[in-house]
Amino acid sequence: MDVNDIIKPENKVYGKPVLMNDNNMHYCPGCSHGVVHKLVAELLDEMGVAEKAVGIAPVGCAVFAYNYLDIDWVEAAHGRAPALATAISRLYPENLVFTYQGDGDLAAIGTCETIHAANRGENITIIFINNAIYGMTGGQMAPTTLIGMKTATTPYGRRVDLNGYPLAITDLLARLDGTCYVTRQSVHTPAAVRKAKAAIKKAFQNSLDKKGTSIVEIVSTCNSGWKMSPAAANDWMAEHMFEKYPLGDLKNV
Amino acid sequence: MAKIRGAVVVNEERCKGCSLCVVACPTHTLALQPKEVNDRGYHYAYMADAPSCIGCASCALVCPDACIEVYKVRVD
Ligand SMILES: Cc1ncc(C[n+]2csc(CCOP(=O)(O)OP(=O)(O)O)c2C)c(N)n1
Ligand code: SF4
Ligand code: SF4
Ligand code: SF4
Ligand SMILES: [Mg+2]
Repeated sequence: MDVNDIIKPENKVYGKPVLMNDNNMHYCPGCSHGVVHKLVAELLDEMGVAEKAVGIAPVGCAVFAYNYLDIDWVEAAHGRAPALATAISRLYPENLVFTYQGDGDLAAIGTCETIHAANRGENITIIFINNAIYGMTGGQMAPTTLIGMKTATTPYGRRVDLNGYPLAITDLLARLDGTCYVTRQSVHTPAAVRKAKAAIKKAFQNSLDKKGTSIVEIVSTCNSGWKMSPAAANDWMAEHMFEKYPLGDLKNV
Repeated sequence: MAKIRGAVVVNEERCKGCSLCVVACPTHTLALQPKEVNDRGYHYAYMADAPSCIGCASCALVCPDACIEVYKVRVD
């Protein structure tokens, strides 16, 4: 059988999500951000909520998320996405409001907004891309950076005496009464991508059902910041990141 | 016995040559172009061994740039 006999519309089983437009994404080759964008685009379409969805883009590498997914977006100041999401979901309770934030955005400058929005149980979904580094600004240490991990600001590796401990902020958020679903996923293998998609789907459904705050952490790579190839970064993540940030549900009520 | 055959179409101009699809493919169907590059200078992915594709979509699932379309047929 010739390849051209297989490549026919009726045989198509997978393709670019309809909500993802043709703009080339600015992300480095192999960056986890793109995979998560794809999952969000697929789900909003499959759940039939594209018209209701409002995304809040962060400051960080995902600052231009609004250029790639054809839904409504608002761009927040650094770390303020949960505050903006609070306002929008309260003013427009029929909408599906989600934030998309990096670890610098969510767990450093935006810690206050994150914790209080989750503690108030705002009916929002928080998608949290934890790549343990400030990717956009050139690879500085983040609160989530692992002990011993080399970054632009910890060239000899993160030291506890100097820099404190890595912050597993998702564990803290799971303790708050306002959160209904807190989970940690990754997108480094086909199986992990499928699981992450199911998790984001559950989170979106919770937001539509007004169950409180849902948080989906995606343990991610920043191969540029980590100075590795994309494939090596995935391996390094599985070997080192999952020990401090184990995958699975932390809370599901 | 029914056999599954698959094929992928890579959006060559969108591809960034990250090779994550090559790593994810269980049948070693894919490779990066050794010499050819796209307009942005990336060695894009292609089916180096087309007959081995089973249409599992593993490559497409992990592709960060949504470059891969997957097709699948049952051959009786
Ligand atoms: C108020 C303010 N402070 C600092 C910055 C600089 N800045 C831009 S992105 C960023 C951190 C990005 O890291 P992260 O949120 O982890 O996103 P990533 O790029 O890793 O996805 C910082 C500190 C800024 N833009 N605005
Ligand atoms: S700097 Fe890191 S997080 Fe930013 S696009 Fe590149 S790989 Fe992704
Ligand atoms: S569909 Fe499956 S077998 Fe075919 S190229 Fe992709 S990963 Fe390989
Ligand atoms: S995963 Fe996507 S971007 Fe990366 S090499 Fe394969 S087709 Fe190209
Ligand atoms: Mg980061």
